[in-house]
Amino acid sequence: MWRDTLLIAGKDLRIESRSRVALSQVIPFGVVALALFAFALGPARGPMVKGAPGLFWVAVLFCTVLAVQRSVSVESGDGARDGLRLSGLDPAGQFLGKSLSVAAQLVVLEAVLAVGVVLLYGARIETYWVIVASCLLGTAGLAAAGVLYGALSAGLRVRETILPFLLLPVVSPVLLAGTRIWQAGLSGGTVSDATPWFHLLIAFDAVYLALGVVVYGPIQEST
Amino acid sequence: MAPAAPPSSALSLRNVVALSGRFPLLAGVDLEVETGEVVLVEGPNGAGKTSLLRVVAGLVPVSSGRLTVLGLDPARYRTSIRRRVGLLAHASHLYDDLTVRENLRFAVRAAGSDTSRIDDACQRLGLTGRLARTPAVKLSAGQRRRVALAVLVARSPDLWLLDEPHAGLDASARRLLNDLIAEATAAGATVVVASHEPELLATLATRSVTVTGGRVTAERNLGAAPAVDGPVVSVDPMVADIPVATTGTAPTSEGVAHVA
Repeated sequence: MWRDTLLIAGKDLRIESRSRVALSQVIPFGVVALALFAFALGPARGPMVKGAPGLFWVAVLFCTVLAVQRSVSVESGDGARDGLRLSGLDPAGQFLGKSLSVAAQLVVLEAVLAVGVVLLYGARIETYWVIVASCLLGTAGLAAAGVLYGALSAGLRVRETILPFLLLPVVSPVLLAGTRIWQAGLSGGTVSDATPWFHLLIAFDAVYLALGVVVYGPIQEST
Repeated sequence: MAPAAPPSSALSLRNVVALSGRFPLLAGVDLEVETGEVVLVEGPNGAGKTSLLRVVAGLVPVSSGRLTVLGLDPARYRTSIRRRVGLLAHASHLYDDLTVRENLRFAVRAAGSDTSRIDDACQRLGLTGRLARTPAVKLSAGQRRRVALAVLVARSPDLWLLDEPHAGLDASARRLLNDLIAEATAAGATVVVASHEPELLATLATRSVTVTGGRVTAERNLGAAPAVDGPVVSVDPMVADIPVATTGTAPTSEGVAHVA
């Protein structure tokens, strides 16, 4: 399974390195979203700093939808999805590989958006490990849930529109927990307040990673 | 645990029905293919040739009937079978952003096959030099076909399923394809070819089966095999043509009026 995971992740990241969709479209979209939020909140620094954690995670969620759609569309051209099914690769390995690839792209995105939050909103990071840990845990959950729902929508002609509809409500716990943890990690927050939200993120990750490993194969065969 | 079909049987379909929604893709196919055979599948457009190959490859589930591939039940040994079966479909199964060589390498590694055969496959199919480094998106339809063929050659599966394999290939590539089929069978592989151009396989095919309305309606021996015709089958054209595809249920064997 791990060999298949690395094979799929390597393939998807190589495709991304060639097409540069994440680099040239997804990340700029996230930065534009952050800038628009800043315009909407006005020039006063107070509301922007207060809203920074939530706006960061909302931007990450929107970009996750784009990254997952790209991950699905890579397999939709020239019968590639059938090719993948016929390859004999372990479906669990395929799920983990695609999740790993999406997660790698999201981590880069989050690093850029975090800088954007500091520069655009004037937020000051107080406890770095809290911020980094929330991003890593949140990314794992977003990637796992995204790839799972991406597979569900893969065979549909309306997959581009139905994926956000399916995915965004499901990942709302990540938005909630990520926002609370960031509030604790930014200037003025209390780290101990983040503990229950870390537990929520860990539980979310465990559920979706386990679910994906089990059901990705049957979903792939039935869509 | 024990294979359901005899070891010499590469493929066995008994009254196999496959549905797409309520639409019958296969409507009770009976077919036995022995190891090492080259079986030509003929039939009009929409007869079920492609569906037959897709069912055997495991891309379409069997709704009823019994299917064994390489002596194994696909419902239980899906992954093992897929690693031993190669399908050349209408689509090339290539990733546009990967080069020819990267596509080959990924497909061969994914199937768990030996990557040392990639060089030889590239040489045979003329996928060398700059072409090997060309992204698939820039290839012509014929070149994509050659890459898909190279994947098969490099993987060297036990069962080759070829769907209109000559389509899009130039004359030399068509001759090469026939050479590859001959080499594969000489090495012990079994080949099932769906084609509208049976004359291109006249010297290779050991048997021809005709699929009509989602069923095998006739078969005959060909090529090096004794020139003895198979069973003479007459088909009720009303059942053989359209109605099977519009009833929404699998038909019975009423379409075969007489087998002598």
